[in-house]
Amino acid sequence: MSDPGAPAAEEGAMSGEEILSPPLPYRMGPRVERAVRDVRLRQFVENAAELKHRGRVNACRDAFGERYDAVRQLAGRIKQHTLDHLDHYLDRFTAAATAAGAVVHFALDGAEANRICLGLAQEQGCRLVVKSKSMVTEETRLLPALEGAGIETIETDLGEFIVQLDHDAPSHIVTPMIHKDRKAVARAFVRELGAEYTEDPRRLTIIAREHMRAKFRRAEMGISGANFLVAQTGSLVVCTNEGNADLAMGAPRVHVALVGIEKLVPRLEDLSVFLKLLARSATAQPLTVYTSIITGVRRAGEHDGPEELHIILVDNGRTELLREPTRELLRCIRCGACLNACPVYRKVGGGHAYGAVYSGPIGAVITPLMKGLENYADLPRASSLCGACFQACPVHIDIPSHLVRLRRELVSRRVEGLGKRVVMRAWAGGMRSGLMYRAGARVAKMVLRALGEGGAQGGMTDRRWITHSVGPLAGWTSERDLPTPARVSFREWWRRERGGRGGEGGVGRPRGGT
Amino acid sequence: MKIALFITCLTENFYPRAGVAVVKVLEHLGHEVVFPEGQTCCGQPMFNTGFQEEARALAARMIGVFAPHGTVVTPSGSCAAMVREQFPRLLADDAEMHARAEALAGRTYEFVEFLTKVLRTDLRSMGARWEGRATYHYSCHLRALGMTDEAVRLMSQVQGLETLALEKPDQCCGFGGTFAVNYPRISGEMVREKVECVRRTGAGTLVCNESGCAMNIEGACRRERCDVRVTSLAEIIAEGLGLLEPEGAV
Repeated sequence: MSDPGAPAAEEGAMSGEEILSPPLPYRMGPRVERAVRDVRLRQFVENAAELKHRGRVNACRDAFGERYDAVRQLAGRIKQHTLDHLDHYLDRFTAAATAAGAVVHFALDGAEANRICLGLAQEQGCRLVVKSKSMVTEETRLLPALEGAGIETIETDLGEFIVQLDHDAPSHIVTPMIHKDRKAVARAFVRELGAEYTEDPRRLTIIAREHMRAKFRRAEMGISGANFLVAQTGSLVVCTNEGNADLAMGAPRVHVALVGIEKLVPRLEDLSVFLKLLARSATAQPLTVYTSIITGVRRAGEHDGPEELHIILVDNGRTELLREPTRELLRCIRCGACLNACPVYRKVGGGHAYGAVYSGPIGAVITPLMKGLENYADLPRASSLCGACFQACPVHIDIPSHLVRLRRELVSRRVEGLGKRVVMRAWAGGMRSGLMYRAGARVAKMVLRALGEGGAQGGMTDRRWITHSVGPLAGWTSERDLPTPARVSFREWWRRERGGRGGEGGVGRPRGGT
Repeated sequence: MKIALFITCLTENFYPRAGVAVVKVLEHLGHEVVFPEGQTCCGQPMFNTGFQEEARALAARMIGVFAPHGTVVTPSGSCAAMVREQFPRLLADDAEMHARAEALAGRTYEFVEFLTKVLRTDLRSMGARWEGRATYHYSCHLRALGMTDEAVRLMSQVQGLETLALEKPDQCCGFGGTFAVNYPRISGEMVREKVECVRRTGAGTLVCNESGCAMNIEGACRRERCDVRVTSLAEIIAEGLGLLEPEGAV
């Protein structure tokens, strides 16, 4: 059906594969440009992210009050402890899960995880798989692997289902279709399911539910991820709002869970901290609608649950991150709070601009680490280092510090161009001498004021303005006017008005500098 | 108390009146202000862009410049955060320098922080009066100083000043130092949204205590034809106490 109002993002859109696996090295520019021009796309993302962000702030304030920082530091410490002893907890988990009747597999990388999963499906003679949302399976590209082998695979999370129908890619860790509005959903349902056009969310949900229920009944295998693994009991913990993961685990005979090894927590009681933080941080809920703890296979007398349960523990680069100084990044519980809080994520139209599965601030750090800093050099640089992500993180990961550390690597590995290195070193050199600094400030004032216009107030507030420029300042003036230095600098005022006090007489002479 | 002013390079050159206001308010409160003339830059631009060694050298230099002085006050929350958060980390592997970095970090304050947390200034009792409607920009690096609404609370103590709430107060204006120049499209979207939020308040004045943010927001206000005066809280207080002639003078 034709809709003249279809957003640009949909018309001639890239496929999910192209979005998540762009040619390397990846440059953000073109996708940013596209998003900046797509006003509607930016508004969906901006409004949805702001709503979730504000909701999180309020929910955490209401629940934890002044103690919020203490709670998130506790959560961070529990995760950090688990990571510090990951070998121990992996062993404990494996033993407990096995004792409960599950089969635990280890996959070194995504390809191996997919191979194990596909092997299990083929062993069962499986033709239809129902799948709940899982970021790890996005990482391993499981869905194309299964479909490539002729196994029909249905995403049962509503957002992921729509993304799948549109051959799109998720744009947010928690809200995969943050970049789509309900018109896009309506169009996809008409096109792919032969449904009647409606924008009523209730009716759209009914259409999806009817389509999926039939699939749940027929599916031979269910696939899910997990939000947490409990080492003590060998349990999987799955949090959803639609109940689809429970159906995917309960209905088919065989269930396969793909889970990153960093999802471990030591004990069941640790969940009391994490469940409270996860739901509030992700969706501003006190608890997700469905929070399921699954331990082992269906036991005698139980009505549902898989008869066969496979847990694939996925490394895929995680043990590399385990090495310091990146270990704390594995604390991440994939709540998406840093994405919602991030002004850059909002302004670039969501996750697709990051060119990888994980987007936003956490993606800007882990994508370069997992897929090569040279390949994703833009990601750590495209940040104002405002710190909103650190403030939002429920496990207290200092994301801005990691961004800066990656920038240091860009310099030390000379990914930063020669020009930039020369300019920054010269600038720093000038700042190391009071004389050079003052001379530089005078020259800059002269040159910039000659280029500027307006500003006739006189005195200190007399700043002129530059509206066009070329060279290093072009990026500034393409977006906003550039003020010139004021006619009288603070230093000049000080000398005139307070002449000499605290002045040069040795008081201000640097000790370690030149 | 004897206070050493850390003016910061942007305030020194682009917003000197904010620095003058800080001096006059502190002096009015009975303190002696000195200006160590050897000061240049705290090294934050180098630190943020990954030029670690250059940042270290500037940190060491600044520690030397301020070594003879006690309490340090700066109009910039961002530069205060650089000194407090990053100097000790940058110099962690040199025990002596690290101790000196910690010492400087422990006695460096952002101006509003200093007024509210150290001096516990009450502008009401001082009779500060400033007529107008203003809104306030929360600069991001105040987070690192553990600051929230201190400036707004001070504003509420100024007679005649009506403070209007800004939407999305915790969203960055898009300055971010070299980020603004290197990623202009993203930075431009951020600052345009900030300007629209300012415009929607209907305020005639934007209180912005960070010179970097002020350059960005004021420049965008001009480009987007948003008629608002950008100034600092120090200037409002100084004007409100009759220490500075309203705009244009000095």
